[in-house]
Amino acid sequence: MANKNFKLEIWRQDGPNTEGKFETFNIEINEHASFLEMLDQLNEDIMNEGGRPVEFDSDCREGICGSCGCMVNGAAHGPERETAVCQLHMRTFQNGETITVEPFRAKAFPIVRDLVVDRNAFDRIQEKGGYISVNTGPKPDANAIKIGKQRADEAMDAATCIGCGACVAACPNASASLFVGARLKHFGLLPQGAPERGRRTLRMVEQMDDEGFGACSNIGECEAVCPKGISISAIGHMKRDYLFANLGFHK
Amino acid sequence: MSALKKMLFSSIGKKYIMAVSGLGLVGFLVTHLAANLLLLTGNPDLLNGYGAGLKSTLGPLFYPAEAALVGLFLVHIILAIYINVAGKKAARPIGYAKAQRGKGGESKFGLAGSNMLITGGLLAFFLVVHLWQVRYQVQFGSKFRTMLNGEQVGDLYRYCDEIFASPLMVVFYVGVMLFLGLHLRHGFWSAIQSLGAMKPEWSKSIHALGLIIAILFAVGFLIIPIWMHFGMAARLFQ
Ligand code: HEM
Ligand code: FES
Repeated sequence: MANKNFKLEIWRQDGPNTEGKFETFNIEINEHASFLEMLDQLNEDIMNEGGRPVEFDSDCREGICGSCGCMVNGAAHGPERETAVCQLHMRTFQNGETITVEPFRAKAFPIVRDLVVDRNAFDRIQEKGGYISVNTGPKPDANAIKIGKQRADEAMDAATCIGCGACVAACPNASASLFVGARLKHFGLLPQGAPERGRRTLRMVEQMDDEGFGACSNIGECEAVCPKGISISAIGHMKRDYLFANLGFHK
Repeated sequence: MSALKKMLFSSIGKKYIMAVSGLGLVGFLVTHLAANLLLLTGNPDLLNGYGAGLKSTLGPLFYPAEAALVGLFLVHIILAIYINVAGKKAARPIGYAKAQRGKGGESKFGLAGSNMLITGGLLAFFLVVHLWQVRYQVQFGSKFRTMLNGEQVGDLYRYCDEIFASPLMVVFYVGVMLFLGLHLRHGFWSAIQSLGAMKPEWSKSIHALGLIIAILFAVGFLIIPIWMHFGMAARLFQ
């Protein structure tokens, strides 16, 4: 259980409309600490000296809620694949390494403070159709609706999206295509979501554009940084469904 | 806004147009390469005859067809610049301080995928030079005219033979064709994905097919200036 030393270059910004800059810190920490535990300790050190702690988002710290997220050494959620930054550990880094920490950057994700960005744009897209409309009533029989195994698997894979926004952060165009594609694929493939498939697609895509996300250039870096490893086939699904919705094949 | 206009102006619709125009240009390249390979035979009449034949076969449709091709290029270029310059800037006005690092895997965050604007931009520059050469000088100038079956036609063969005598021209053409290869290496796969025509199971194969297409076009075109520079037809066929 060795300790390691790191030099941290962390983006500090007081508010949405103020200038930010990097601040340098040195820290010694157990190599099995998680990245966020390392930031916690840094903040204790800063507060002990009367400074303002580094603000960052987190909640579950087990990679399932999508609250955390920042750029670590130029990669969303850091260098490990299929890992949210809360699940990243300091043993991934070399002793003595300089680690640069920046907030996710996109017009649609304005910086709130330091590493915290406002991802409400995702919520507004979600409100346009990331749900199914059902009448309330008694709970239906579990197997009343038959769904093929492959279809259920594909929908489930898309449903694992935690909405962290890393796809937007990593995309050279700051496109939200992977997030929206995953939502559309999740609901579109299942019989419960099918009745609203076309409308959902049109509304969510329109909101995505209105929020100011960029177009997709098929680079695929979103898939590479996605903590859930969601495939860009979800984006292909969205492109196809958007055409079908416009042609009236999907209501 | 009408529904069609709304679709085509959306971020997804713009990429439908990018993809269709890109694939249209690939279609043009197929005919263009097939015709240009006639240069390899060393027989001037074949390509000169093809050029003249195209004009007489299409008749009154020749200029509209040419205008459509120019339109295809313009649409492709304008949207490319819009998406990759204005669109990028609007979606991320402040970039990252630390250069972004790819995380590997299926990501196409590499040479071909990240430089579409640069490889495409070079193709656009080449296009202007190339059109000035083979379209303006040969068809509208008086120097490169020849007789074929009793009719005066542009002497494309002699023109190519003359410009490719210059090593500089050979290097220029070969270089641009390598960029064309890079453009298609990402472009072909990307177009299929943009149109939503990709089944997940096909992705790897289509990406591989993109490589094959890129190599075929790059090598097919770049062999011509080299071949003519070294007078290969005369060496092999006479
Ligand atoms: C021989 C001529 C050309 C061919 C065959 C060609 C082909 C293609 C194809 C098939 C695509 C993929 C479309 C997609 O991503 O959905 C593409 C994309 C692209 N092309 Fe071209 N292209 C040509 C010329 C140009 C030129 C002259 C430019 C000038 C700027 C250009 C710039 C781009 C850019 C920037 C993209 C990527 C767009 C994006 O994904 O954001 N291309 N091209
Ligand atoms: S804190 Fe919940 S996913 Fe990282």
